[in-house]
Parts: sequence; structure tokens; C-alpha cells
Amino acid sequence: MIAEFGLAALWLAAALAAFQLIAGSLALTERGEGLAGAVRPVAVVQGLLTAIAFVALILVFARTDLSVKLVAMNSHSMKPLIFKIAGAWGNHEGSMLLWVTVMSLAGGFVALVERRLPERTMLATLAGQAFVSLGFYAFLLISSNPFERLDPVPAEGNGLNPLLQDLGLAFHPPTLYLGYVGLSVAFSFAIGALITREVGPAFARAMRPWVLAAWIFLTLGITAGSYWAYYELGWGGWWFWDPVENASLMPWLAATALLHSASVLAARNALRAWTVMLGVVAFSMSMIGTFLVRSGILTSVHAFAVDPERGSFILVLLAIYIGGALTLFGLRAATVTEGERFAPVSREGALVINNVALCAILGIVLFGTLYPLVTEAFDTKVSVGPPYFNPMGAVFFVPMLLVLMVGPLLRWRRDSLARVRPAIIAAGLAILAAVIAVLLVGGVGVLPFIGLVLAVGLAVASVMPLRGRNLRRTPLAVWGMVLAHLGIAVALFGMASESAFSVERLVALREGESATVGPWTVRLDAVEPVAGPNWTALEARMTARYKDGGGSMLLPQARSFWAPPQQTTESALKTRWNGQLYTVLGGESPGQTGPGRWQVRLWWKPFVTLIWYGGLLIGLGGVLALIGRTASDIRRVIARDKIAYRRERQNR
Amino acid sequence: MASAANSGLKPKHQRLVLLVIALVVLIAAALLAIWALRNQASYFYVPSEIVADPPSPDRAVRLGGMVEAGSLRTEPDGVTIAFVVQDGEAQVPVRFSGIVPSLFVEGSGVVAEGKMRADGTFVADNLLAKHDENYVPREMQNMTEKQAKQVVAETQ
Repeated sequence: MIAEFGLAALWLAAALAAFQLIAGSLALTERGEGLAGAVRPVAVVQGLLTAIAFVALILVFARTDLSVKLVAMNSHSMKPLIFKIAGAWGNHEGSMLLWVTVMSLAGGFVALVERRLPERTMLATLAGQAFVSLGFYAFLLISSNPFERLDPVPAEGNGLNPLLQDLGLAFHPPTLYLGYVGLSVAFSFAIGALITREVGPAFARAMRPWVLAAWIFLTLGITAGSYWAYYELGWGGWWFWDPVENASLMPWLAATALLHSASVLAARNALRAWTVMLGVVAFSMSMIGTFLVRSGILTSVHAFAVDPERGSFILVLLAIYIGGALTLFGLRAATVTEGERFAPVSREGALVINNVALCAILGIVLFGTLYPLVTEAFDTKVSVGPPYFNPMGAVFFVPMLLVLMVGPLLRWRRDSLARVRPAIIAAGLAILAAVIAVLLVGGVGVLPFIGLVLAVGLAVASVMPLRGRNLRRTPLAVWGMVLAHLGIAVALFGMASESAFSVERLVALREGESATVGPWTVRLDAVEPVAGPNWTALEARMTARYKDGGGSMLLPQARSFWAPPQQTTESALKTRWNGQLYTVLGGESPGQTGPGRWQVRLWWKPFVTLIWYGGLLIGLGGVLALIGRTASDIRRVIARDKIAYRRERQNR
Repeated sequence: MASAANSGLKPKHQRLVLLVIALVVLIAAALLAIWALRNQASYFYVPSEIVADPPSPDRAVRLGGMVEAGSLRTEPDGVTIAFVVQDGEAQVPVRFSGIVPSLFVEGSGVVAEGKMRADGTFVADNLLAKHDENYVPREMQNMTEKQAKQVVAETQ
């Protein structure tokens, strides 16, 4: 019953989206103006209906209603409740429903609160949003209905992939989806502005908070996903250049570029066509990512379904949306007039370099991700990994970081490097000190070396914009920028340090034996069986001592789930301020006489945690900027309303 | 160029300059990517291909196939394993030091990343086992139904 209710809500929402598209488009013409009033309410109701459908799916999963095919395929009555609920989006159909839900809720939210743009642009924007949603409704309802019934009802479900039974999963995909799909708002804004020819500072100011919000979610989602892969997969790595990771990185790169170009457009009315273009590109990257992940064209942890029909469906959607938007852009780009001029050494100049570099990195990642697909068409199977991505990305990342050190200090329009000389000297000294320090330590590869050194320089340079300011009166947006840039430095330091100084040890230990890894001595005390709600495990009791310090206990596990039958390794981590000890219990080493030996893998990863603290800082910077900008916008709106109100009274 | 931009460059020209810079950088990125991909991509082999035409020993490649039943041994150091990967036509001995992925069992699909030594042993530095029961290594998908059945029959 609940399932049918959810399905009905979904069909209704799809119908409303169609109505929203037609009404929004007609309202732009003279004869259809009467329909204008209906568009916003319809968008809101459409959002609510998809939310209802999504809640219905969660209810079905929470009750483990096995007559619903999706539940039977992906859930199990013995699973803990939180993973039953998280399981609702841990599969293809559910995650597509989440996608549609976020998309129409975002559209509804825009319809509800956005009042800064001319109404015609808003109508075009909402029609665009409905147009994009409609394709995904069709995809959901025609080829991946989450509410499909199963007859006969099976006695028990298949269960959820144990790798995904983790609290990280409960929050990582929804966060990322908020980011991916939040960018659809930017896409619709870009289309709306192109259609009504309203590309200007007002458009950028209206679009910026939405992009910022999506970007914050993307940042946090990627950070969380990276940490999840790090501790759950038990491989000791935090980024694998897996196509699915790339699929989340590409929209982030585009959104970062968009964020910066939007601020140029908002402040200086320059980079107009470029900003619109990025608005289209950012969401296109989200859709390409979805295509890569959902089409089953790539095999990875995340690829739930291998179904060519779905792949071609998404490919058609991609062609319609990206092709359509680019065509519109091509038709209208010529009518977007040139923006204001600026000198090469200026805030705008620095941001142009940021944008071009980010787009180049985006191109590198996109090429590397698609290349295996292209060669496969010619019957050669290849895989592309870190030896390609790391140095090629660095070619553009390094110059961008160098510009980032001075860019935020430059004035708009025209400036000279001489004016910011003290800051350059400070950053230069920091870099020099870092070079000497790293050389003294020695044995560091080229890329980690560059990373460490630039991270130190950037950390110093990133706080320079606060110099000479009254800290209590500094706008939140400036704090946000400083924190986000500092976060880049912090994360970069963590990445470079992890890659430069990690120590790894792989040993087979008997109970009571010890092994050393870096400054740690780890003793295997015992290996004992333990049991959880839907798994059993072998748990190793280890005592780890840092140099001569006290021992602390670590309990890595090798878990066996029985529904579906599968094994996972649960790593155990010991975090210190200067890094993390990472332990994994492997299997029992067979073929030995006497007491058994256990495979144990140990890593000492200095400053690895900075990677994720840096990510959080970047996200926090975004939050501060969002609060600052929104608050000043609200103040402006209130002030305008007051003025209008007084004028009205005076006239009377 | 700096002075030109300062001294009365028309907006239209500035736009053109920006466009050209962006295009040049992006094309450079694309060319760089293509060049690097030709050199860096690691090629995928199934056992019959790698036996017929072995890659040079310094080239990182991937080997995908089924782990032959009964072939898995552990060396005396307790952390190095040796096994045979096969695709129904050819067999390749593989050595790997490390903790095997939790889903790695005899008879399952595996993708080994590493190098093919001149003596015909594949030394893996990473093993990717199938992630769940829906996942089959892609080269297995391309096998004919009969081949797949044969492999399954052999490895069970």
C-alpha cells in the first residue's frame, strides 16, 4: 500500500513537472502571461510530492516489505534499522529516486525563496529546472521503478553489500547528491538567463548562494567519501582515482571554477559568457558522473547495476540536456555583451588563471576517466591510474596554487605586484624554510616535495588577506575565503605528507609477537572470535606503543557477513596529533606447524588526518561565505522593502 | 602584453585575448593528456593474451581471470601467496605479497595489477577481487557463454 502510494506521488510529481515546463514557457509569451502565477506553487508542490515518494521508500525499507522487489533484492530483515534505512538509497533505483527528490526539492526551494531576479528570468529558470527533472522522472518511472512489486513474495531478502553497511554510507551519498543535483539549479539559472538575455551581476548574485550551497555539500561529500574508502576498504589509501571518485571530483572542479567566476561577474560585471558556460558545464559533469556510475559501463564498488538499457537511457538524456544547453549557449553567446575590462595583474586576472587551471584539471580528469571507454571501443582494454592523474594534474595545479598565494590580495580592475610585496616575501620565506626542512629530512619524491613546500607557503599566504584588517569587523565572506584557502593548504600538506612519509609493514605474527612500523611497536596479544547483529568476526587484540609511551589497544577485525555471504576487513586506527597508525588483520597464515600465524598489515601515516581536516575547513569556509552573503542579501531586501513602504506612505 | 592591456585595449579585444588564452591552455591540457595516456595507461590482459604476447617486464599491466581451484599456496613468510589465474585457455602463475582482499577465494574472479616477469610469473602488487556477486570482471563478460560455463565448471 505504501509502495503504491509512493509510486502515485511520483507520477503526480512528474505530471506537475510537465505542467511546470509548459506553463513556465508559455508564461514567457504575451498570451500566456496568465500562467505565470501558477509556476512557483507548482514547483513547490512537485518538490513535496517527490519528498513523499522518498519517505514512502524509506518506510518500505524500514519495515522490510519483501513484496517490493527493490527491498527483496537489497535488504534483509536481520539488518540493523539504520542500515535498513540507508539501504533505501544504497542501490540503483533508490539512489535515482534520491536524485530526483533532491532535484525537485531544490527547484521548489528556489521557487519559494528566490526573489532577486526579474520574474521572467525566474519563470525561464523554473521551466528549465522542470525540463531537466522531467527526463529523470521518465528514467525513474520507465526503466527503474523503485516501487515495483514482486510475486511471489520471497521469504527473505538478499541483503545489502556489507561494504556499504557502515554509518559513512548513511550520509555520504545524500550529501554528494545534494551537491550534484544542487548544481542543476545553477544549470537552470544559466538557461533562464540565456533565454531572457539577463546575464549580469544580478544573475551572478542570485546564482552564487545556490552554487555555494551545492559546492559545500560536494566538498563535504567528497571528504566523507574519501575517509570512508580509507578506513572501510582496508587498503590504506584515501583516493584511488576510481572512476566514481572522479565522477564526484569533476563537478567539484567545475563548481569551484563557477564559484570564482560568479564572484567576478557579481563584483565587476566581467566574464559573463564564461560564467554561463561554467553553469552549464558544472551540472553536465554531474550528469556525466551519473551516467558513468549508473550505466554499469564501469565496474567499481559503486556500480550497482549492469544494465545496457539504463545506460542508453541516461546517454540519451545527457545528449538532450548537454547538447541542448550548449546549442542554446552557441545561439545566445554572441548576444551576451562584453564585460568590463581589467588588467592582467588584478583580482580578475588571478581568477581567470584559477578558472582556466581548474578547467584544465577538469579536462585531464575527464580524459583519463573516459579514455578506457574509448580504447575499449577499439578492443584494447586499459586502465588509467595515479601515474597519469597525479603528475598531469600537478602541471596545472601548481601554477594555480602559486597564483592563489597572491590572488586574494590583489585589487579589482588593476593592481601591481609591488603593492603586495610583503605578502609575497612572507610566503617566499615560508617556502624557503619548508624546502630546507624537507631537504634535511630527505628521501622525498618530486611531487610530494612540491606539495609539502607549496602547502606551507600557501598556509602563510592564505591568511594574508586578514593582515591589517580589524578582525571583528571583517566580513564573514572574507573569513570564509581565508578558511577555504587555508583548508586547501592543510589538505595538501596531509596528502603530500602521507605520500612522502608513510611507512608500511606486512608481517605474519604469532600471538605474543611484535612488529615495528615507523615509531610504533605493535604487539599481537590475541585473536578471538566476536559476533555482531548480522556478522561474525575474528578480532585481533593489539597493543601499540608510540616510541616509549604507554600502550593503547587496537581491535582490527576480519568480518564475515552472512546475508549476502561476504567478508570485509575492519581496520583499526590510532590517531595522534601527528598522524595515524592503521592496522588491518588479514587471514590466518596456513600451512604452518605449531601455533598459527596471523597476517597483519600496519601503516604509520604521518599527518594523514590533515587531508580530511583540510576538507572540512574548505567546507566550513563555504558555510561562512554562504551565511555572510545571504545575511547581507536579506538585509538589503529588508532595507528595500522599508524604503518602498515609506515611499508608499508618503505618496498617500 | 601587460602594457597593451593597460593602454586602451578594447573590451572586444580583451575578450578575444581571454578566449585565446583559455583555448590554448585547454588544448595544451588535452594534448598533454593524450600523450600521457598513451604512455601511462596500463593495459588489460586475460591469461591467453598475456601468454601469447607477454608485455615487457617493466610495464605495469593488469591481468584478469579466474583463480584456479586448488592452486592457492602460502609461502613460508606467511604473507606471500602464489596462485594460478586462468581463463579456460591459458594459465598464469601469480605471486602476491600482502593481505588478500576479503572477497578473494579460489574459483572467483580476480584482477591482478603488476608486472609480468620474463620467467612467465606475474608479480602482483595489488589484487582486486570481485566486489559482490553482481560483479564479474569485464573480460569475463566478453567470454562466450560456453567458455564461461567451462571456466565455472573447472573452478568449482
